[in-house]
Amino acid sequence: MQETEKLSRFEEAILPHLDAAHNLARWLVRNDHDAEDIVQEACMRALKYFSAYRGENSRAWLLTIVRNTGYDWLKQNRPKELVTVSDEDQDSETVDPVERFAKEMSNPETLLLQRADEEMLKKVLEELPAEFREVMILREIEEMSYKEIAGICNIPIGTVMSRLARGRKQLQQCLAEWEKQG
Amino acid sequence: MTDINNHIEQKLLHGYLDGELDLDRSLDIEGHLRKCQDCSQDYRNLQALRSAIRTKLPYYPAPARLRKRLDSMLRQAAKGDKPQARSIKLWPWMGMGVGASLVLASMVLWSLGTTLWRAPMENVLVGEVLSSHVRSLMANHLTDVISSDSHTVKPWFNGRLDFSPTVKDLVAAGFPLVGGRLDYIDKHQVAALVFSRRQHLINLFTWPANQEKNQRVQNLTQQGYHVIHWTQAGMEYWAVSDLNEQELQEFVRLYQ
Repeated sequence: MQETEKLSRFEEAILPHLDAAHNLARWLVRNDHDAEDIVQEACMRALKYFSAYRGENSRAWLLTIVRNTGYDWLKQNRPKELVTVSDEDQDSETVDPVERFAKEMSNPETLLLQRADEEMLKKVLEELPAEFREVMILREIEEMSYKEIAGICNIPIGTVMSRLARGRKQLQQCLAEWEKQG
Repeated sequence: MTDINNHIEQKLLHGYLDGELDLDRSLDIEGHLRKCQDCSQDYRNLQALRSAIRTKLPYYPAPARLRKRLDSMLRQAAKGDKPQARSIKLWPWMGMGVGASLVLASMVLWSLGTTLWRAPMENVLVGEVLSSHVRSLMANHLTDVISSDSHTVKPWFNGRLDFSPTVKDLVAAGFPLVGGRLDYIDKHQVAALVFSRRQHLINLFTWPANQEKNQRVQNLTQQGYHVIHWTQAGMEYWAVSDLNEQELQEFVRLYQ
């Protein structure tokens, strides 16, 4: 492939998804400076591997590279943030006291969510482990399908579903706790 | 489907919320939600959480300085390029062996014979519409007239086009108007109307059709974008977006 042609094809495939790429990186590392470095590094990798790109879903392709670049960066710079989560089903576990508390208050959750402000939501999502944060962002903000998310995060589709379930549950619990503390 | 307390398994409720379950399961869950107060409250809470996330969570678009950095990075990469005229590959089989090119040529002839001329024409159009959409997002030239008021956008086209595009007000349905601009597709001046849905943008291109006959809606997906095309009342309509297909279809239904 000729270089200029390759470059213009590359730009056409990648540039429209730059916002999504930056948003994902920003949520992974939680600061502007590092997020920009990660997107730049990811784009360099993407360019390098562009000849292997088959012209299918370019957004998912780019986000996969951004996600991997972000994880490499986290491994190197903040290894503690990458605690491996166990993906066993937790449905059968005993009900968490916070959750019970929330249920006992005869469902204030819907109301609480309406009151939740932007800062508060941002905080609780940032406190989730990266493995949950990324599926939440890909599903709720990028509106990707389980299949696409499974591809990007390299996990089975069932795990996408259970991580979303656990991620959302944790968000609800954190919000309830926040409310309790006032 | 249900656990020991006779409630829906949590995981499935999330699959249902995300529209990822098969029809049978979805129907089962729908039925259960109608009967079970606990589960339907759980479900409402999940919906509330989702809408809070979608409306209140900050979105971090790529800042201009990052785009600049990437731009210079790409230009650097291009420097390694030999200063050759950019050749457009009109005859992709030119580099192939004779046997392969004969096979390919006969395939091309066969497909030309079986397809009406419309089909390749449409492919070219899809490409044009798609790259207009992409260009409008890349080049920071999304709108010539910025207004969420259809009564401002429609008259703006007067005197700029030889037709008057229909500009609908869909804000109540969650598709606010962003603005409009002039674009050029299929050798026509066309109207591009821009609508938004959350952080997604929809470009709706419209121009007078060659034939009066209404054409049914056609859906296409290319490079992660959805394109929907139809003609109606003598006008061509092309809607393009990275929005999910269902919502783009909803947009089109409302527009028709």
